[in-house]
Amino acid sequence: MSQLELKRNKVLEARFVADEDVLKHISDNGGVKVRKDRAQLALNVKRFVKKLENISDDDEAQEILEEQNYVAVLGACAEDSLRNGPSAGGGKIYSFQTPKRSGKMAELASELAQTPGKNVTFDSSQYPEKPASTPQSSKKYSASNKAQLKSKKNEFVSTTPYRLRKRLTAPSLRSDSESDYSASCSEEEEEDKDHKETSDVILDQKTPSKTRAAPTPASKKTPAKKLKEEMMSNLVEEYFEAHSSSKVLTSDRTLQKLQKRKLDQQTLLVLLNKAPPAFTAELKELNQQHESLFSKWMLQLHLGFSIVLYGLGSKRDLLEKFRTSLLQDSVHLVVNGFFPSITVRSILNSITEEVLDHVGTFRSPLDQLDLIMKRFKEDSSVELYLLIHNLDSKMLRGDKSQQILAQLASLPNIHLIASIDHINAPLMWDQAKQSLYNWLWYETTTFSPYLEETSYENSLLVQQSGSLALSSLTHVLHSLTPNARGIFRLLAQYHLENKDNPSYPGLSFQDFYQRCREAFLVNSDLTLRAQLTEFRDHKLIRTKRGTDGVEYLLIPVDNGTLTDFLEKEDEDM
Amino acid sequence: MSTSSVSKGCFVFKPSSKKRRISSPTADYFSEGKNDSEDSGLRFATCQLLWKQINSETEKIQEELNKQLFDNLISFLRQSHSEFQTKKTEWMCRMKTSEIPTAALVLGVNVTDHEVTFKSLSEVLQDNITPYVVSLQAKECPGIKHLLQKLMGQLMDRCVDVDSSEEEECVNISQKKIRCSMASLSKWYESVTKKTGSETPSKKRTSSSRHWQFPPIVVIFKDMESFTTKVLQDFIIISSQHIHEFPLVFIFGIATSPMIIHRLLPHSVSSLLCIELFQSLSCKEHLATVIDKLLLTTQFPFKLSEKVLQVLINIFLYHDFSVQNFIKGFQLSIVEHFYSQPLSMLCCQLLEAKKRVNSLSHNQCENIRGLPSFRRYVESQISEKQIALLTEDSFLKEVTQTLLEDLHIYHENYFPVLRCLHVFTTSLPKYPLGKQIRELHCACLGKRVWETEEYGSAVQLLRMLAKAELVAILQKCVEIFTSSSGKQFSNTVEKLEEFLLRFQNLEAETNEVQDVSVSSQKELQKKTDLYHLQKTLLELKESKRSKKLTKFEMLRFEVVDFIDSLVRSYLAPAEMQTLNEVVYFNTANILREHLNAAPRIALHTALNNPYCYLKNQTLKSDVGCISNTAPDICIVYKLHLECGRLINLVDWLEAFSTVVTAVAGTDPDSVATDQVDEIIHARFIRAVSELELLGFIKPSKQKTDHVARLTWGGC
Repeated sequence: MSQLELKRNKVLEARFVADEDVLKHISDNGGVKVRKDRAQLALNVKRFVKKLENISDDDEAQEILEEQNYVAVLGACAEDSLRNGPSAGGGKIYSFQTPKRSGKMAELASELAQTPGKNVTFDSSQYPEKPASTPQSSKKYSASNKAQLKSKKNEFVSTTPYRLRKRLTAPSLRSDSESDYSASCSEEEEEDKDHKETSDVILDQKTPSKTRAAPTPASKKTPAKKLKEEMMSNLVEEYFEAHSSSKVLTSDRTLQKLQKRKLDQQTLLVLLNKAPPAFTAELKELNQQHESLFSKWMLQLHLGFSIVLYGLGSKRDLLEKFRTSLLQDSVHLVVNGFFPSITVRSILNSITEEVLDHVGTFRSPLDQLDLIMKRFKEDSSVELYLLIHNLDSKMLRGDKSQQILAQLASLPNIHLIASIDHINAPLMWDQAKQSLYNWLWYETTTFSPYLEETSYENSLLVQQSGSLALSSLTHVLHSLTPNARGIFRLLAQYHLENKDNPSYPGLSFQDFYQRCREAFLVNSDLTLRAQLTEFRDHKLIRTKRGTDGVEYLLIPVDNGTLTDFLEKEDEDM
Repeated sequence: MSTSSVSKGCFVFKPSSKKRRISSPTADYFSEGKNDSEDSGLRFATCQLLWKQINSETEKIQEELNKQLFDNLISFLRQSHSEFQTKKTEWMCRMKTSEIPTAALVLGVNVTDHEVTFKSLSEVLQDNITPYVVSLQAKECPGIKHLLQKLMGQLMDRCVDVDSSEEEECVNISQKKIRCSMASLSKWYESVTKKTGSETPSKKRTSSSRHWQFPPIVVIFKDMESFTTKVLQDFIIISSQHIHEFPLVFIFGIATSPMIIHRLLPHSVSSLLCIELFQSLSCKEHLATVIDKLLLTTQFPFKLSEKVLQVLINIFLYHDFSVQNFIKGFQLSIVEHFYSQPLSMLCCQLLEAKKRVNSLSHNQCENIRGLPSFRRYVESQISEKQIALLTEDSFLKEVTQTLLEDLHIYHENYFPVLRCLHVFTTSLPKYPLGKQIRELHCACLGKRVWETEEYGSAVQLLRMLAKAELVAILQKCVEIFTSSSGKQFSNTVEKLEEFLLRFQNLEAETNEVQDVSVSSQKELQKKTDLYHLQKTLLELKESKRSKKLTKFEMLRFEVVDFIDSLVRSYLAPAEMQTLNEVVYFNTANILREHLNAAPRIALHTALNNPYCYLKNQTLKSDVGCISNTAPDICIVYKLHLECGRLINLVDWLEAFSTVVTAVAGTDPDSVATDQVDEIIHARFIRAVSELELLGFIKPSKQKTDHVARLTWGGC
């Protein structure tokens, strides 16, 4: 039985193996593959069980057919053959969590980097050198990889199996590292060590990424036989391993070490414009496909349906085009859902004030909605087209907002066309809301970048408010008395002195008062308090109460900006 | 005017009033964007007309189905407060217990259909019982204050409506001025009832012909489950205090089970209610009726093909149980059919269609010639006729008319025979051909039903039916055929009646047969010789094996064969019919895409396999792998899949730049590396923030420069 199982497993693997696996399979006899194999096994566990069921008839084709039938019955999958592949690939995603190793990403990156751009299929036949390297199993896969790097030393260092090395050096290494690694997977720190070693020896070293990319595959070399025997039990173990530890293993590197300055929104845009656009012809074709649907959308909007667009890529341009080509002669309202401070209230306000020319205020959005509904029901000649970009944005996804929008959409003379992007967007709507919206779904994958949509976001890597904060700082300070400026300067200096202290709580009020007195800036703590209130109103400082009840003062501006500010002040003086 | 701004999220565009279009241009959009725009006006008109008919039919069905329920409710309401009408004092005695009459209306989980039910319910109540009907929804009443406000508001408005403009003080009392309390409500009720009581007799009669002098106030809680317990409790307790001042009745709309009342309300509160349970029709029965009235009839020319019907039924069964959505899907398929099929203009009543055939243009004739079913028909004809069909428009039109008539006759025969077969198959154990007629319908539409395995087993089981059952079934079949409009069935009916007659005559004959067997038994008992006994036993056994069928069995075989022949001749799949494309809507795909879309799959496909959308050869790759020339977001996504719960941005960036630089140039030294790096950095930032927008990652504070993964496998 278990023999059979293994066989089955191999068969199914053939359908899902990524190219890398094929390569590894060829380059060494199974040794490297196994690790990956285990993951595969875990991923495909459902399928695997299913296989066991009809192990007797051994007919894969029929199996697939059955699966397709099942999918077809559920109506989850579109019929055309194009979609069948990816939906099956979804099994990779909808699966158990498996332990991830920190090197995996770099490994994949080097894998992808290796694939020549023009290469269509990653077929083993196109790599004649691979079979040649097969006999030398000691060099294995990473050898060919490292050939690219033209660094023999590096190869030597990194091919040493990590687990072995770790066993030898782990205690000393761990003792001086401040990371939160568990012992089982501390490749990263060693890798850092690698870097040091290699950089010592090799002066013409490439970007760290390349050296980094190389060693990781080496770590996957574990004896094959043992693992194959334990395949089944490992499946179980891996599952629990993945779920047991709450710690996450990632490297400790930070962007600051990388010496990359943060970009602000404007330079980002400039830089992106420099990047060459890709696949323009194909993108245009996609867009044309969608644009041919415009009149159909109009028809369906008029028949009482609402239209929702989904799929990867910004749909803003598409909707804009729809608007400019078909809605020029009718009243319409465009809502940028991605706008950070959009509210339902503002949408309702623009309907009542600008569309219906209503003057007056409302007690609650519900009252406002009632009025709108009444007005639209009374006068059937009033028509409104509502275009909402990103109906699923943070501000609009709340239950109440969706309820109100759904009720708007249910009016026969309000025509709603909206776009959604978030993967979980459909969860916003329960049955009742869905029937109010009366959606027709249209897939419009455009692949165009979400420029406008992400420009508001306080993105992770974009330095959003740096310049803005600095200018506001100087402006506010300029409007103050010299004494007040001095007070702020004092605080800022103290703040910068303590910037390396992670447990710095802020400057306590009493200390601050003392310092200000010594500098002849204030004469009583009341004047200081009055001054601080002014700062607080301008959001220049923040107060926090410590555990001992003492009031601490903080400047909520990052150190870089503050330094810049002080320098500028010095220049001015 | 641009629609992007840093200070504003809503942009209103109002064209100048003279530019604004006045007439409804819906028909224009129907024809726009299509090259064969001729007849589109006609097609659109046909489509609208058909939809209107179907819509009114569904409303009628709904009304009929609800009638029973509403009648029960009305009689409950009448009876619950009859004492209040006759003698106020008595009422007060009875209501010492302060129990509020309550109707618990169990409606089922198909929440979307409830709205319609409640709407018609309140209309019916207003017509028959009382003008004071209030419907409350949970989302309007977050607190007791709002609830009372809503209640008063609706009652006052109603009062204005009923008494028209005469009661001006009523209009003047704006709802805001009244302090909303039960006391003011009872005061209001007193004044209203007094007014109607003191009015002129003629007016009183007109109003009291429908309502009594003291009509009860009916409060409908549309979605009982979603009300906050506190609000509900408070309201019930307060109103039980005032129940002797005015008659109050509650109606709870319940989607789950009546148990919910006791779960929501403590005993002290629920004891204030005098609950009676009402069960509405199940949504399955509703759907069955809708299918029966809309699809299994020749009344409407438009038909759904097997796959489309399957999709709609699947959505119903697996997703929402909502008949409204089923009808919506039906509407969509009508629109799609008329929009995409140029010949759908012939999809109307037979006489009209024949007329329209005469006025077909040459292009439309070519369209007919292009239909696959028509081509099949042409191929089966003799060669001269083939040439004539393909060249002469006038001849084609003639043939088309007869073909349309044939199609019509096919449908006329199809439905009675289908029902007849359904009567047979529902009596079988395990229902080999399905329990519901819709399943049988799907089976017959899709393929030759008599070739399927299930049909074979069904026929075998039919051959084992008992006589009583068989007779009952045959009688039902006779009813079906006589009530059907097809004239061809007079023979069939005769034949069936003959069968019935023969079954009756059988009784006498069977007695004889029994006699024979009894006599043989007796013979058996007589023999005492062992050898003879063995011999006769063997003989008996032989005779049993090759025994001639009894007359009943023969007759049964005959009946089953007859039914089988009916099925074979009338239940041919629709796809085999010539010109079936005119009336059958076929593209189930479209329906599924628009009604039951899978946004996650689309997103996943685009990220994993961009070649699906961007047909560029460089993007072509095996399943599970991705080309490194793919769009940035795909690469970034693919890389992030390799990570656990947290992702280090630096690692991610480096991995990304490894991939991208490998594509960009083989020799990075030639370009200004610094600038390239900046650009790659910018591209990475863009891709990552796009992933954030799509909900795959979010910033994390657990570790510096890390993001948390939000999707599958990352948890």
